[in-house]
This record gives sequence, structure tokens and C-alpha cells, in this order.
Amino acid sequence: MAKRETDRANKSATGSMVVKRGLAEMLKGGVIMDVVNPEQAKIAEDAGACAVMALERVPADIRRDGGVARMSDPEMINGIQAVCSIPVMAKARIGHFVEAQVLESLGVDFIDESEVLTPADETHHIDKFKFTAPFVCGATNLGEALRRISEGAALIRSKGEAGTGNIVEAVRHLRSIIGDIRKIEQADSAELFDWAKKLQAPLPLVQEIAETGWLQVPLFCAGGIATPSDAALAMQLGAQAVFVGSGIFKSDDPAPRAKAIVEATTHFRDADIIAKVSRNLGVPMTGIGMDKIEQRYAERGW
Amino acid sequence: MVRSSASNSNKTVGVLALQGAFASHEAVFESLGVRSLQVRTPEDLGQVDALVLPGGESTTISQLLESSELFEPVKKSVHEGMPVFGTCAGMILLSKKILDGRADQLSFGAIDIEVQRNAYGRQIDSFEADIEVKTFSTPFHAVFIRAPRISKLGSGVTVLAELDKDVVLARQNNVMVASFHPELSRDDRVHQLFLKEI
Repeated sequence: MAKRETDRANKSATGSMVVKRGLAEMLKGGVIMDVVNPEQAKIAEDAGACAVMALERVPADIRRDGGVARMSDPEMINGIQAVCSIPVMAKARIGHFVEAQVLESLGVDFIDESEVLTPADETHHIDKFKFTAPFVCGATNLGEALRRISEGAALIRSKGEAGTGNIVEAVRHLRSIIGDIRKIEQADSAELFDWAKKLQAPLPLVQEIAETGWLQVPLFCAGGIATPSDAALAMQLGAQAVFVGSGIFKSDDPAPRAKAIVEATTHFRDADIIAKVSRNLGVPMTGIGMDKIEQRYAERGW
Repeated sequence: MVRSSASNSNKTVGVLALQGAFASHEAVFESLGVRSLQVRTPEDLGQVDALVLPGGESTTISQLLESSELFEPVKKSVHEGMPVFGTCAGMILLSKKILDGRADQLSFGAIDIEVQRNAYGRQIDSFEADIEVKTFSTPFHAVFIRAPRISKLGSGVTVLAELDKDVVLARQNNVMVASFHPELSRDDRVHQLFLKEI
């Protein structure tokens, strides 16, 4: 990508919360796709992805291989950055602030502090305010989302259950987060203290939700999207964009499926269009039932 | 969402809602009492008097304009004089020439500018800065996200604001463009500037 040296003297602030959340705003209505090499990154961009997540193994393979899953090789991340003009994200382990420092130094556009990788700290998440690059974090419920926001996350995604091709957990998490936002909006001021206690979340953030009726940052869906209808389901439930991990490149024919998921995400309320783009996409990823899973990634994070 | 205001009571501003920051633009229009509509289909486009092309990923929006069969209708409306305002990716889409874009990336050629994508660098180089807008009495606090830069400008284009010698807000006839995101600032003066032309 062409990069031009610019005079920064007259620029007031990089890395502010406004600037970090700003990029999350730009990703709304789009599809962020997991890619493991430059070829996949090109397919993703060609299909209309609004960003890619560069990683060495998609969650389905991490699940199959077992062992410790870590940040990707910088060489591989740079290789993907070189062929893409859209934002490139990458994952750091929960609490592994040095992996995050490395990703920032590589110029990664969004850092995902991700439960899909093996956690590095079982008590603390990264202090995300210390970074210029924005962070996205997973959440299973509103309390978790607000704890991540209080640590400086600029974007929240439902965790779902990555690498399963099964949307059920993402639906559970979205319904839980958005359902509690609706209840807080209806609560009176005295009840907000109890909400903060129950959610184990900072009171001012809970009070802000009561006032605005929404999170302080955008909410996207991740973890289990495998079809255009899955993406539209997440959007109709209230997600503002979707992450698709294993669902594209673990399917029979990734390019048309990727394009179809992009179109279904845009036209998420139009069943005629979703029906049209869902035709002849080949076999989706096989998927796994929740009762067959040994390790639930969504349980990682505190 | 439907409220009336004295100056624009009968007008509906469309916001292209294929991908990107369309909801933030809608929120500004709502606060100004101006009716807005999300545009995803040619039928939606038929119901609006003006159009905002929001920020987002220009490559994504360009492809969705084609698959949604909106590219030609939008192009026709713009060339027939519909007031349009493009911010960031929207500015790229309205430009005559795109540098560092994809080979198959479409643009409407509606304003005589050449635009370089992501000219300020990656997200870690995104920034906020005060800019002086002609006709505003105080600076406007602007947010630049992976911003494009206007690298060439035709003689018919009016410069409305600059930052470090880069043109960041400009107009030619019915087309207004910004390389920054007025919808992310808590200041509706740039949107009002656009509404004056409707």
C-alpha cells in the first residue's frame, strides 16, 4: 500500500477514543473475514470484505490441532497487508500486551484480544488505553462487554463459539447483550445501581446506556456464521456488522459464499435478495454441535 | 425520524446504506429535524431529493453499488443535478480519478478531483484536527480515519477548507466532498452547509 510521509505537526491527536471508535463506525454494515494467506486476502477483498483478520489458522483448525494458539507470524501479517487495501486486523492472546505491542508496531489496523487464542493471563485483560491502535474484544453478555469498554475496547463482538459453524451461541450472546440494554433503558435511576452490581460493570457506563439506549461502542457479531442467512440473522437481531471466521474458507467454494454473505449483510431485511444470493453456493462448512465440543472458547475471558 | 423543519420540510435526504457510517449521518439529520432515508435499492433512490455517500470501505461500497444495481441510477441522478455529499469513501466514489484503488473500482466522476486512497497511512495514523472552514466563524473539529487525500483539483472546484495545504472540503456545482467525517464530530455545521443547497 502506498504510504506517504506526512507532517504531523499540525495534527492534534492520533489514537483518541473518537479516532478508534471512528474506524469501528466505518466497518458497520460490512463483513470482516478471517484469512490465513495473501491469496485468501485477495479473495476476501474481491468479494467485498470491509476488512480482513490475518491469522495462521482459522478457528476450526485451531480446534482440531489443539495445543497453544498464539499471535501469527509478523511475516505472514505483513504479507497480507501488502496485498490488501482494506483494513487488516490481527489477534493477540487475552492479557498478552506484548503481542499487542508487536501487532501495533506492524501497523495492524485493529487488534482483536481474542479468546480463540490461548489466554496469557487468567485475571487481567490488556490495558487498551495504552495503545494507539484500536481493540476489539469478545463478550458473551453485557457485563463482559462493559468491562472490556472500561479497559478501552473500541468495538465489541459477540463471542459466539468460533470454529463451529454453529450460530446458536452467537445468537445467545447477542440476545443477552441487547436484551439487557433494552431492560436498562427501561430501568429507573435507583435500579441502575443494582444493574451495575449484577453486571459487575462500572456504574457510569450503565447510566450512560440508560440514557442513550446503546453501548458506548459498536456491537458486531462473531462466532459461528456460515451462511448468508446466518449473517442476516445476526444483523436483524441488532448486530451492526459481522465477522466470519472458518465459515468462508472452510466451505466448498469460498469466493461466491464470501460475496453472498457480503450482500446478505447489506440487504439483511430483504428475504428476496438473501434467497437469491443463497443459491448454488455449494456445501457450507460441516459444523459441530455444542454437545460435541471439548473446549468452549467463549468461557475464556473474565 | 420524521420531523419537519422550516427550510427542508418537504425534502428527504437519502443516505447510501450499503456499508459504512450511514447511521451516524442519519443521526445528524434527525437532530436537525430533516427527514432521511436509508438507500439500498433503486426504489429507495427514487424517493430522495439528495444523497449522502458515507464513509466506509470504498472497494466494498463500489462492489455493492454494482450488485445492488444502484451504480447507474446514482450516476444518472448525480449528473442530472441531485445534490450529493460524499465523506471519505464517499468522496473517493464521487471523484474523477482514484489512485491506489483497485483496478475494477468504480467512481462516478462527478467532481473534478483526483484522490489518493489511505494517503495518510494506516489506522494508527488516523487523527483529529481543527480545520478552518470558509464561512464558519470558529474552527471545525474534524476526524480523519484512514483518510484519502485530494491530490489534484480541477479549476471548477471551490475549496471550502484546507489542512496543511491539503484540500479537505470542496464543492463543484451539486457535489460536495469531505476527506474527513463530519458525522463523527458533535457539530452539525458541515451538514447544514450541504442542506443549504437542497
